[in-house]
Amino acid sequence: MASPSYDKQNPAFFALLAALIFMAIGPIFLMLVNSFKLDVDIISATSGLLFLPTIQNYETALCDILWYELEHLDYCSLKFGQSFINSLIIALVSTVLTLVIGCMAAYALVRFRFMGRDVASVSTLMVRMVPPAVLLVPVFGLWNNEFCIDKTTMVGEWIRDTFGGRGDVCLAGTYSGIILIYVAMNLPFVIWILQSFIVQVPRQLEEAAKMDGANPFQVFFLVVLPLIKPGLAAAAIFTFRIAWNEYLLASALSDRDTKTVPILIVNNMSEFNVEWGVIMATGMLLAIPPIIFTLLASRQIITGMTAGAVKG
Amino acid sequence: MKTATLNRLTPYIFMAPAALIMIIALLYPLGYMIYGSFRAWDPSQTLSETEFVGLKNYISLLNDPNFHESLAVTLKFAFVVVSIEMVLGVGLALLLDRNIRGMSILRTLFILPMMIAPVVVGLMWRYMYHPTVGTFNRFLKSIGLDGVDWLGQHALMSVIIADIWQWTPFIFILSLAALQSLPSSALEASRIDGATGWQQIWHIKLPLMMPVLIVTCLLRLIDAFKVLEVILVMTEGGPGLSTEILALRISRTATEFRELGTAAAMSNYLLILLMLLTASMFAYTKFQEARAARLAAHAKEDD
Repeated sequence: MASPSYDKQNPAFFALLAALIFMAIGPIFLMLVNSFKLDVDIISATSGLLFLPTIQNYETALCDILWYELEHLDYCSLKFGQSFINSLIIALVSTVLTLVIGCMAAYALVRFRFMGRDVASVSTLMVRMVPPAVLLVPVFGLWNNEFCIDKTTMVGEWIRDTFGGRGDVCLAGTYSGIILIYVAMNLPFVIWILQSFIVQVPRQLEEAAKMDGANPFQVFFLVVLPLIKPGLAAAAIFTFRIAWNEYLLASALSDRDTKTVPILIVNNMSEFNVEWGVIMATGMLLAIPPIIFTLLASRQIITGMTAGAVKG
Repeated sequence: MKTATLNRLTPYIFMAPAALIMIIALLYPLGYMIYGSFRAWDPSQTLSETEFVGLKNYISLLNDPNFHESLAVTLKFAFVVVSIEMVLGVGLALLLDRNIRGMSILRTLFILPMMIAPVVVGLMWRYMYHPTVGTFNRFLKSIGLDGVDWLGQHALMSVIIADIWQWTPFIFILSLAALQSLPSSALEASRIDGATGWQQIWHIKLPLMMPVLIVTCLLRLIDAFKVLEVILVMTEGGPGLSTEILALRISRTATEFRELGTAAAMSNYLLILLMLLTASMFAYTKFQEARAARLAAHAKEDD
């Protein structure tokens, strides 16, 4: 891949490449620039790239976790810091859970012949296509009304006494409620990608470990897992991305205290008078983690993306 | 004896957590939804308290012009974006399938639009399409043209453009990977026989890439029916119903109008559509595998 011998350079291709790169990152660059502009500069027709950069938008967005008082702001209405922490908790926990559970299932599907194997593998593939909007309806109903602990039972009473709140104890509005649906949503995809990595692990290695007296769990955790690290990295990035970026289910399942960042952005967009500067700063903050992952691990991402469709 | 039992149970132990979670949080909800689509379902009640209404939700949808409109918008959106993205993505891959400096940078930067949050993508494009402060209209005015009413009159076209920006790279990357894994012997042979670049593309590269292209196309088509957030942030489905795709209509019916029964029936129509697409993809992959196996068997006999 890193061979230094390039084909004969043709200026037309460079022009095309440059144009494509410009198109791909132009809108993102525009958002970055605007996030450092005051609204007057964004609205004025003349500013362009000539303006006085300011971090005021970022200060407004982060007002609830800054350690100093802001002069330009009387009241901190945007609770971005809290949402950011919510997003982080939800995305990290669901990524870890999905990976652990998913790689075990993928291993079972690849290496063992067992009853129900075909059913498991076909249904994994079929649930991949279910759109979040379709899950919204039943999950909204179930998480609010059915997956509940009655407040008069011992456990329910204990939770209400300890954490406060009213009514029955339901999954809706809790971290666990959102995490559960994200893990379930991502599992099919993670299982699918990891299968293609586990297939490539040479069987002899596992046999050898078994001969040495390792039990199936030791074989899996000590022999197989270290060999599929690239696959795990790809799967982790995809899972994190979905959990970090998702809006629809989070908005239906979260309450005031468990709101994630995408919800905050949508709520502030739909207002009549959009504060472009602040909203773009918020958008930038939400986009930074995925951007960093992309720059650091683009190879793994491309492998993950192509693993399913392209074999060979 | 003990190890034998353990070995027999191993696959089930490995499979159990995933199976349990998918049953609780995917299969049970889907069954619950199908059951609920036959009832007058309202979010404040548990399903058992609601009234059974038979096929009423499904039939009233069939007579609902708004649902027809939304279905038409969804199909138009999905087929237009996928065909344009396929042509652009495959075209670019064929054009740029060479070893030139800067390719890896392009590939890295090309993934960015897919990785950042859909709500952020919607936000960026809503800004660029803004009638007065937006980038496009400013540019048009600076060269003396009239501004375009991007998110008004031309809203569907505008959301289609945004989707093309976001997802063409997906097709590009997959087709490039397919191109680079083609057997070099076939290309070599055709070059020796004096095939021109176009002939190579038409008669060798495209036919050999076809299995990957079809799977890519179906994957993208399935995903195009899932698009929601980008459009929600850009237009909220408007103006009127002009960009209200099915996913958006389902979520509004459920959360704004609080008619879970109707939303469930609508979800089922969408699911049937997607099921047909997925089944065709599945059938196609199986067909390809069978053909590859047959060819391999033939090759063995020839030895």
